[in-house]
Amino acid sequence: MIETSNLSKSYGSKKVLQIDDLNIPKGQSFGLVGNNGAGKTTYFSLLLDLIKPTTGHIKSNEILVHDSEDWKPFTSAFIDESFLIGYLTPEEYFYFIGELRGQNKADVDSLVAQFEDFFHGEILGQKKYLRDLSKGNQKKAGIVAALIGNPEVIILDEPFANLDPTTQIRLKGIIKDLAETQGVTILVSSHDLLHVTDVCERIVVLEKGEIVKDLETNEATLKELEAHFAGSEMV
Amino acid sequence: MKLKHFINLEWKKFFRSASFGKSLALNILMIFLALYFIAIFLIMGIALFPGLKKAFPDDDPFIILNGVMFFYILADVVMRFFFQKLPVMAVKPLLPLPVKRSKVVNYVLRKSAFSFFNFLPLFAFVPFSVFLISNDYSTSGVLVWLLTVIIVTLIINFLNFIIESYASETELSFLPVIVLAGGLFALNHFNIISLADLVANGFIGIYENPILVLVPILILIGLYIINFKQLKQKLYLDSSLKTKVTEVNAANLEWTKRFGDIAPFMQLDLKLLWRNKRSKSSIWLLLIGLLYGLFFYPNPIYADMPWFFAFIGIFVTGIFLINFGQFIPAWDSGYYKLLMSQNIKYEEYLKSKFTLMALSVVILFVLSIPYVYFGWKILVAHFAAAVYNIGVNTHVIMYGGSFNRKKIDLNQRAAFNYQGTGAVQWIIGIPLMLLPLAIFGITYWIGNFEIACVVLTVLGVIGIVLHQKLMRFITQKYIDSKYKMIDAFSQD
Repeated sequence: MIETSNLSKSYGSKKVLQIDDLNIPKGQSFGLVGNNGAGKTTYFSLLLDLIKPTTGHIKSNEILVHDSEDWKPFTSAFIDESFLIGYLTPEEYFYFIGELRGQNKADVDSLVAQFEDFFHGEILGQKKYLRDLSKGNQKKAGIVAALIGNPEVIILDEPFANLDPTTQIRLKGIIKDLAETQGVTILVSSHDLLHVTDVCERIVVLEKGEIVKDLETNEATLKELEAHFAGSEMV
Repeated sequence: MKLKHFINLEWKKFFRSASFGKSLALNILMIFLALYFIAIFLIMGIALFPGLKKAFPDDDPFIILNGVMFFYILADVVMRFFFQKLPVMAVKPLLPLPVKRSKVVNYVLRKSAFSFFNFLPLFAFVPFSVFLISNDYSTSGVLVWLLTVIIVTLIINFLNFIIESYASETELSFLPVIVLAGGLFALNHFNIISLADLVANGFIGIYENPILVLVPILILIGLYIINFKQLKQKLYLDSSLKTKVTEVNAANLEWTKRFGDIAPFMQLDLKLLWRNKRSKSSIWLLLIGLLYGLFFYPNPIYADMPWFFAFIGIFVTGIFLINFGQFIPAWDSGYYKLLMSQNIKYEEYLKSKFTLMALSVVILFVLSIPYVYFGWKILVAHFAAAVYNIGVNTHVIMYGGSFNRKKIDLNQRAAFNYQGTGAVQWIIGIPLMLLPLAIFGITYWIGNFEIACVVLTVLGVIGIVLHQKLMRFITQKYIDSKYKMIDAFSQD
């Protein structure tokens, strides 16, 4: 589904990302972990064509991401709060995204209705603008908006950060369900090793912009990751 | 001791701010503006005494000046409200540190006393006082009078902050000050209470009886204490953490569906305009722009200058276009990444802005029809200007927008907020305002008024005919600078 080859991104002489070869097959739940500055957000930004690759390319469903815009209809993302429109209510925001993705109000309503317990009664019908919601609630709205319109690729940067424990558990359920039963390719980055190992079939560790580990998740994965990060911390 | 730290912090804030280099040009402009006002006040101060003596030989210039002090004070209150802001400092990081709250508050308030606005009147009043003394007014009296003027200036200074703190909580931020100033003016104008005389008597009373200066001093101290208490209360985190519940005002925007594919963007733009402080003010500016012609048309000097009509027409029918258009696409800078990763057609996004601007020109033209009262030529020139605005200026301003690299924080107050203003906004003014003026002026000199109107209209029509082509060209420009814009808008 997503093929990355010879991809690199430099700012001046400083190389922040170098991925020679990375293939993510359709329907995989893919986790990206790494310390601050490892290049996680850079990779996601390249995937969304928000920054220009220095060399190489990413192909999404055989479409060159930085060349054509045809990947947009089947891709959605929530990277940070700058993906929210602060002066809209959550409902208006969902409808707006829905309209961009060719969904009518009823479609959006029925999708959003599935997430009522995820929202915990704090998002819908509050008559509040998104900018007035708490950080956690903003995040919830942004994540759900990324699910509108049956995307085939969903990119979530640090989805677990800022969420309360109940919501974290619910979100894990949602992500698992999307990948396993609906065949959605889902890319998640996180600092929380426990959450990613719980959710993702495959975990890639980035360090200073390069892939240092590429693991199929099994019982030993969490231990291995912990050992890796504890080790690299000491160096 | 602590004061040194505060000043040090501000110094770093100024020189290390991300926009320091970029806003340097703006700062230079502000300095020129300041020098200009200083010069005007100085000239006024020097010329006032001899001037009044000459114009009203029978009256005492000192009495005359005191007679108009009331109006001066009103004007000062209004001006300050729009220009002066309380010099806040970023207090959040200071709160957990061992700095007394009262110290921070005192510092902020005292700093405000050194505002440019408090020095400006001195340039006028000091020379005037010198004239008074050299014309055998009582030296001690004049000095106390000057002191009173300074105290009154400071009173206005602190009064302004109280007004502002109330204003910031209301929907129409400048309503309270307008009501206050207008109310006082009306009370005086309709002779309900002769405030002007009251103020005049006060000043003269202090001149004759210097001990009375204690009254304004006590008022000043009182205002300082009120400000101190108010500010100290605000110095808790919970005032910024408090969730202010703004009730959503959802208007029915179904009518935008008529515009087809661009409807979602038009709805978004309309909500943008209506729900954010910064953009809301461009709606209020419409009113000011619409009345702009009244500065000129009633004046017989301009009646013989038809070549000037087109310029006013461009402004009157294009005020929204200019105000809104100059910050495309910075209005959407807060969520530009979202738009760029969403399934949108850039052309539709821009077309929605175009439609909005074109509609505003039509509406403003219709609203400006009453200007026909000052002559049919004005109506014709306005019509030509409106067509030119729709056909040419909309495209010009959107093209200029592709060079926009400055983000806008929609939640900040709008009046005299220069955030998001860069070289683009100044340069774009040339083709936008001066070019049509030049075209109109030149054709007017070569031919006549009718030909000039026709030329402007034809140019506009050409623009409308070429709309699709121009939009494709402009869209390409935006796509070309996509990465640069995303990068610039995600910087603080």
